[in-house]
Amino acid sequence: MRLTYYRDLILVLTQKEMQVRYKNTFLGYLWSVAQPLALAFVFFVAFKVVMRINVPNYTLFLITALFPWQWFSNSVTSANGVFIGNASIIKKINFPRYSLVIANICQDSIHFFLAIPALLIFMLYYRIWPHWSWFYGIPVLFVIQFITTFGLSLIVASLNLFFRDLERLTSIFVMLLFYCTPIIYPADMIPEKFRCFLNFNPVAPLMVNWRNLFLEGHMDVFYMLISLLYGLGFMSLGVFIYKKLSYRFAEVL
Amino acid sequence: MTKKSVILLENVSKTYPLYHHIQGGLKNFLLRLPKALKSTIETKFEALSNISLSIQQGETFGIIGKNGAGKSTMLGLMAGVLKPTSGRLMIDGRISPLLELGGGFHLELSGMENIMLNGVLLGMTRAEVKKRIGEIIEFSGLSDFIDQPIRTYSSGMLARLGFSVIVHLDPEIFLIDEILGVGDMSFQKKCLEKMMGFKTKGVTMVFVSHSISEIEKICDRVCWIENHCVKMIGSVSEVVPAYSATMND
Ligand SMILES: Nc1ncnc2c1ncn2[C@@H]1O[C@H](COP(=O)(O)OP(=O)(O)OP(=O)(O)O)[C@@H](O)[C@H]1O
Ligand SMILES: [Mg+2]
Repeated sequence: MRLTYYRDLILVLTQKEMQVRYKNTFLGYLWSVAQPLALAFVFFVAFKVVMRINVPNYTLFLITALFPWQWFSNSVTSANGVFIGNASIIKKINFPRYSLVIANICQDSIHFFLAIPALLIFMLYYRIWPHWSWFYGIPVLFVIQFITTFGLSLIVASLNLFFRDLERLTSIFVMLLFYCTPIIYPADMIPEKFRCFLNFNPVAPLMVNWRNLFLEGHMDVFYMLISLLYGLGFMSLGVFIYKKLSYRFAEVL
Repeated sequence: MTKKSVILLENVSKTYPLYHHIQGGLKNFLLRLPKALKSTIETKFEALSNISLSIQQGETFGIIGKNGAGKSTMLGLMAGVLKPTSGRLMIDGRISPLLELGGGFHLELSGMENIMLNGVLLGMTRAEVKKRIGEIIEFSGLSDFIDQPIRTYSSGMLARLGFSVIVHLDPEIFLIDEILGVGDMSFQKKCLEKMMGFKTKGVTMVFVSHSISEIEKICDRVCWIENHCVKMIGSVSEVVPAYSATMND
């Protein structure tokens, strides 16, 4: 009974978010594919055409990590507005506020899933076939990415109510993280002596695993464990900060 | 009288810290840390101080007072949206809050979508909202506008929508913050009838209003808040004349 309720709450909030942002579903679908593809095109021109990076099937290589990254970065960046944008609800009704954060992530994860067919088309074009391991690999990486994003989003969404300039800091941080993560370049292009720093990047192991899963059908277990640890760490921190601050949300909005 | 009290406030105070650093942002806060910390601790505003009252099951309880006295803050505390700074607050039952206009709605969504959103936020499942959606629209009298985004609604129409959703929730404890004032005569009448119906069914209601006539019509007891404190609690016939007398000078 309670579970049905929470499911409905998340569902309705996610739906609401879609309706508010895209007005109609077709436009929403187009957006979910067009935005990462447009970005991929820009990187393709910059790194393949101009700088001639030596990576086979570069477009495919790029989007296998760029699509999950887009989900992560869109969610974390928009987390800044999650509570502020729903002030009229938060100030008047007592409901679990974190459900807004979950709905925000669900919304972006739907775009991610909708973009997978586009990825499949590229794979078929390069004659790379989907692998059976996707059936367990995608759910596992999905859960890890979900809790990581949830933790970071909770931190950002809660703190932004008290420090309204956090939004700018978040976008700078996310941009830095993007270039520190092997998305537009392969991890083995990083000089040997710096490569161990990759493990300090909380999303790099995850993105590398997405790419390995999509391209080769296997995941690196060590990377998986690290990213899971990061995920759990961020989630604990997020829940801690949220618990400390959530009863004040209605006061500062 | 041995009825159980469903809302109990014991020495409840609510202070709002004045978060100046919200405007300044994190950068300013960190650059001027000691001063910023000191100012958040020191600059506080006491919106309610030392309130004690208890509301019995099935009672209709009015709250009156000047603008800024702390009435909405009190309902916010009862609704669980705000947390008391000190004191004890006990609520026994499901709360249905109708706090101010357009609360719990999203302006970009249509009336229909907002009914679903509001209903679910207030604790119903989707199936339960769907079952009642016909009644809700019917009661609101907004069927011609139900697919329009509610940012196009007038304030009276917003009040209609909000009231219609909440009264179809089977409320146990119903909190209303001056919302009927903007409705037209026919809707105000409909609302009062509905509330009278709740009264006979034994629903507890807390009613904030500047309309003395409405208060006199439906309330059993009234609390008068002045300067963030309880000035007087008692039956309508005691409190209302005393309150009205201070309004005239
Ligand atoms: N979030 C907030 N932060 C700081 N001060 C606040 C906040 N909300 C309310 N206050 C202050 O608390 C006091 C009480 O406000 P409240 O909204 O409870 O008044 P009210 O009795 O409902 O008035 P009205 O009749 O105008 O609706 C006001 O002086 C207001 O300035
Ligand atoms: Mg008020």
